[in-house]
Amino acid sequence: MIVLAVLIVLLPFAAAVAGLLAGPRVTRLLGGAPATAAPEGHTVVTEAEAGADPDAVQEGATPPAAARFGLRNGPALLACVPAGAAFVLAAIVGLTLWRSPHPRSGALTVVETGAVPIRVAFQVDGLAALLGVLVCAVAVAVQLYSVAYMAKDPRYSSYAAFVSLFTAAMLLVVFSRDLLLLYVGWEIMGVCSYFLIGHHWEDRANSRAAVKAFLVTRLGDVGFLIGILVLGVGASTFDIPTLLGRLDVLPHGTLVAAALLLLAGVAGKSAQFPLHTWLPDAMAGPTPISALIHAATMVAAGIYVVARLYPLYLAAPAALAVLGVLAVVSMVGAALAALAQDDLKRVLAYSTISQLAVMAAGLAVGAKSAAIFHLVAHGAFKAVLFLAAGCVIFVTGTNLLAGHGGLRTRMPLTFAAMTVGFAALAGVPPVSGWFSKDAVIEGAQHAATHGGELEHGLPAAGPHEAISGLREGVSPYVKPGQIVVATDFRIVPTIPTGIAWLIYLALLLTVALTAAYAMRAWLLTFFGDYRGTGEPREAPRAMSWTIAVLAVPAAILGFFGLGADELRPHPVSALLGVALLAAGAAATYLVWRRDPAADPARVLGRVRPVFARAFLVDELYAAAIVRPVRRLARGVAVVDRQDVDGAVTGTARLTRRLADVVRRPGGGDPQSYLTGVLAGVVVIVAVVVVFL
Amino acid sequence: MHIVYPAVLSALLFSVGVYGVLARRNAILVLMAVELMLNAVNLNLVAFDVWWRDRLHGGQVLTLFTIVIAAAEIGLGLAIVLLVYRNRSTVDVDELTALREDAENPEDAAETVEAGR
Repeated sequence: MIVLAVLIVLLPFAAAVAGLLAGPRVTRLLGGAPATAAPEGHTVVTEAEAGADPDAVQEGATPPAAARFGLRNGPALLACVPAGAAFVLAAIVGLTLWRSPHPRSGALTVVETGAVPIRVAFQVDGLAALLGVLVCAVAVAVQLYSVAYMAKDPRYSSYAAFVSLFTAAMLLVVFSRDLLLLYVGWEIMGVCSYFLIGHHWEDRANSRAAVKAFLVTRLGDVGFLIGILVLGVGASTFDIPTLLGRLDVLPHGTLVAAALLLLAGVAGKSAQFPLHTWLPDAMAGPTPISALIHAATMVAAGIYVVARLYPLYLAAPAALAVLGVLAVVSMVGAALAALAQDDLKRVLAYSTISQLAVMAAGLAVGAKSAAIFHLVAHGAFKAVLFLAAGCVIFVTGTNLLAGHGGLRTRMPLTFAAMTVGFAALAGVPPVSGWFSKDAVIEGAQHAATHGGELEHGLPAAGPHEAISGLREGVSPYVKPGQIVVATDFRIVPTIPTGIAWLIYLALLLTVALTAAYAMRAWLLTFFGDYRGTGEPREAPRAMSWTIAVLAVPAAILGFFGLGADELRPHPVSALLGVALLAAGAAATYLVWRRDPAADPARVLGRVRPVFARAFLVDELYAAAIVRPVRRLARGVAVVDRQDVDGAVTGTARLTRRLADVVRRPGGGDPQSYLTGVLAGVVVIVAVVVVFL
Repeated sequence: MHIVYPAVLSALLFSVGVYGVLARRNAILVLMAVELMLNAVNLNLVAFDVWWRDRLHGGQVLTLFTIVIAAAEIGLGLAIVLLVYRNRSTVDVDELTALREDAENPEDAAETVEAGR
């Protein structure tokens, strides 16, 4: 089993290495035409331009393009085949775990560091297997889709390799048993996101976005690393199950500090307020990358880590309360921001922030299974949404909603898939998003109304009791190396009831807002009259079929939740959710009906620019952090140039000037030397004669 | 004869030689000036040999040595000057700067000097 897990991680990694080293060479080996057949001027700067090129649409739309880049395309083969194999293996692991759900783990090697040893160890439990399947599925879909989407890109080979590396890193995070090993995957993801977001680096804005994503997530990662060290050194182990078993020996202060520090990394990776600003800008990357980052990897990693270390957070409810507050701000703020975006991808980006906040809220109120359920459902439907949005952008050549419209009849397959996606996003029953969101809301409601009580009727006493309750639940596994984090346990953490209510109300508000913006994007993209130029047709088959296949799990995934008690829809919250959903969607629809050509966001009036710029957080950061840092950097550069460099070059110049003076007597003329010698002799003789 | 006369004469001869070596630009004249200095020394040796009435006549013997060495030296020197003249068609010592440091470009010159040594 562990061998399988290791293989799942290593396959995409090997694909990445091979792709980076020998991608185009394989194409030549197979006798295919190199992918860079496009002329120089064709270098795709943004995917919008790729679509804007009428050539691209035509060539992309014809089936031979897919065939041409099918079996003879080295990088594509190197990317898709290992991803597919990893998916099969992940599915096997998932099925095995489904049948006998006890966790397996094993260590490959132990790195003795002199202090706390680092174990290269892997663990497969229900949570990891579920996430593994999700990651692999989305990765396969993204790779297949990219073959067509990036067909004209001259750097497709490195792109595919980085996608593979990204996948491998996320899988390492998922299957890792050691905190430091997890951190390795975590960081590789960070650097891959940098490369992929900045894929079209010819455009200055894109490379800026990549740097921004890298720096902002890095800011959180600093906290994350320190948190890991605090935790690992405190418990003198980095092994996650052992560490979670030793939580009660750690002082409470250490626990809270570690949990809060880890939250910084989680907020960075999962794009929660106040580190969310990189995510909308990350839309600069190619659309499949957005799908990968938003659906399965990167942003999911933050939520996953909290779920993985959940007993830690139960023991430090203050951190959960902080997480809840951050989630509330992110959830409502991002939903409002999504309401006013002009750019289809940015609507989806803000919806990602909002939905991640829903998961974080679920974790904060103790509904961990619901949060993970929503994570998986979100992964499925957000992949569909992004990949379908990629089709729309590919075909119409613009990201802007103002250039779409009326695509329902022109792109029926994309329309169907995206409808499923939007329905899941908004939470229309019985699509997956409805089940998962409902479970989270139900959990929040439970926490708000029963705050301070444990599920099983036990009176709540304190975090340590909660831990020991949890411990009892998993007592068969307390042996080192065998422990598991209980996945189907609902414990209400002792977060303040006020915050629980806040989360609950924010969740309900978000449901309405989500319905409103999903409805707006849906209507603006597919209904009314086509507002762009050209004659849009369905995207290439490799793209449209991929999203059609992906739409199926996005639609039906919710029914799997019926198997678990706490994931089943509850009538009260379900009805409330549907009512709010209907209200939000109806409001948008009514505004839109008055004038189908205009943007329903116009009724926001004067606050619209504020929403569109996400409450000016970026501007605030620019004024408060970026500009002072820039000014400081400029000052440092001046000091460096004038003082430090000046000292060095000044020394050199001085030496040279001195040397000019000193070397004048040594002109290379023996006669003048001899004259000097003679003069010296005369002086010496004179001195001797005069003074002696 | 008092020793002062030959001594003053040899001092004058030596001074003329030194002047010739230092001031002359013609290589042959420089060599001739060197001969003058050598012969000033020879004169001193002989004069003092007589003055001290040396039984072994060390001064005279040494003079013979000096003359031989001077002959060899001048033969070699003239041969070099002749070759230089054939190559450069000049024997002006100020013009013979091939091994000299280039004032404009000290780095190159340093190498040249190294090579020259």
